[in-house]
Amino acid sequence: MKKVYATASEALEGLLHDGMFIAAGGFGLCGIPELLIAAIRDAGTKDLTIASNNCGVDDFGLGILLQTRQIRKMISSYVGENAEFMRQYLSGELELEFNPQGTLAERMRAGGSGIPGFYTKTGVGTVIAEGKEVKTFDGQDYILERGIVADLSIVKAWKADDTGNLVFRKTARNFNPPAAMCGRVCVAEVEEIVPRGSLDPDHIHLPGIYVHRIVQGQHEKRIEQRTVRKKETA
Amino acid sequence: MAWDRNQMAARAAQELEDGMYVNLGIGIPTLVANYVGDKDITLQSENGMLGMGPFPFEGEEDPDLINAGKQTITELDRTAYFDSATSFGMIRGGKIAAAILGAMEVAENGDLANWMIPGKLVKGMGGAMDLVAGVGRVIVVMDHTNKAGESKVLRECTLPLTGKGVVDRIITNLGVLDVVKGGLRIVETAEGVTEDELRAATEATIVS
Repeated sequence: MKKVYATASEALEGLLHDGMFIAAGGFGLCGIPELLIAAIRDAGTKDLTIASNNCGVDDFGLGILLQTRQIRKMISSYVGENAEFMRQYLSGELELEFNPQGTLAERMRAGGSGIPGFYTKTGVGTVIAEGKEVKTFDGQDYILERGIVADLSIVKAWKADDTGNLVFRKTARNFNPPAAMCGRVCVAEVEEIVPRGSLDPDHIHLPGIYVHRIVQGQHEKRIEQRTVRKKETA
Repeated sequence: MAWDRNQMAARAAQELEDGMYVNLGIGIPTLVANYVGDKDITLQSENGMLGMGPFPFEGEEDPDLINAGKQTITELDRTAYFDSATSFGMIRGGKIAAAILGAMEVAENGDLANWMIPGKLVKGMGGAMDLVAGVGRVIVVMDHTNKAGESKVLRECTLPLTGKGVVDRIITNLGVLDVVKGGLRIVETAEGVTEDELRAATEATIVS
């Protein structure tokens, strides 16, 4: 069982095909699999459906796959920071399915956990409920949402051991664990691969059973909105 | 006279009680954190954090540490991190005591619209639909009227809904209203605002 690959492109070899469905981790530009996204751009895989909370910005993250017209459809909760996204969406080139953020996360978690659907009160009485089964439990209405199973998951973690156990850092965890869970195959890019035995088994955030391939690399980790406060002078 | 942004935030902060876990939306709701005083409040950021701290000092920004508005923030001694599914599990599961958020329209039955204007650029609902459906108490903080002077407190929402019958309390520049059976009840008026002025600026049914 060899999970470690030398480059992002090698880690994706044999996994990409036109028209495929990819689940990607990340929130905004935080904790996004930036190396794997670049490798998919280089591979030129087309007609992608991508489930990801956001779609990057114009020149970083999933936004670079919009520039090359590789994405056919996005499943997201918020896509506000991307002018090219809006241009393609309004011109009809790009399909968009809005999911409430928690519903999207749960769809991934459920799909990866063998749960084909679940009922939630999120979106009841809104456009999100249109065409969905409504069921009443204890006097309250819920809508049926489907679990997601993707052809491929691409995620970013802080550290991995060579068996694929992952540790994330701060809010860069976000959608990465549920996205990893819902893929038939999951490729993780990390900042550091450490030898097995060096991570505390009690502190693993995502067990290696969900992670099939790993690649280590240098990350730009761009900040979307730099907000600071002034140091008070004594 | 009416409340300004900071006075609205200060009034909203009075809604919070010691020990509460709370989610604050973007805009005026973010300012509420400045007015909690000595109360022990834990702020949730739905991208996966409990115990959100203030903005970092210049040079100490961490790209791995942002809030739901994608702004760089800091952690506190109580902070816990978790994934998005867990985060919305605690939201949907009713563990978050209150959400304070802005709105475009609120109706007398508690309907809330704050995510989409048809024909305009649609950015998405983010976590707003999950929050209003799941948290214990939904408190809206917004201006009472829009730029054209029309009431944002309506009989029925005209915009696509974020949640149906979800709002508990509305805090505006003119006062505080509760969603009750049959309409809205005036809780208080802002300094210098009369009850008549508040009624005149409100399209929704006001019950006593």
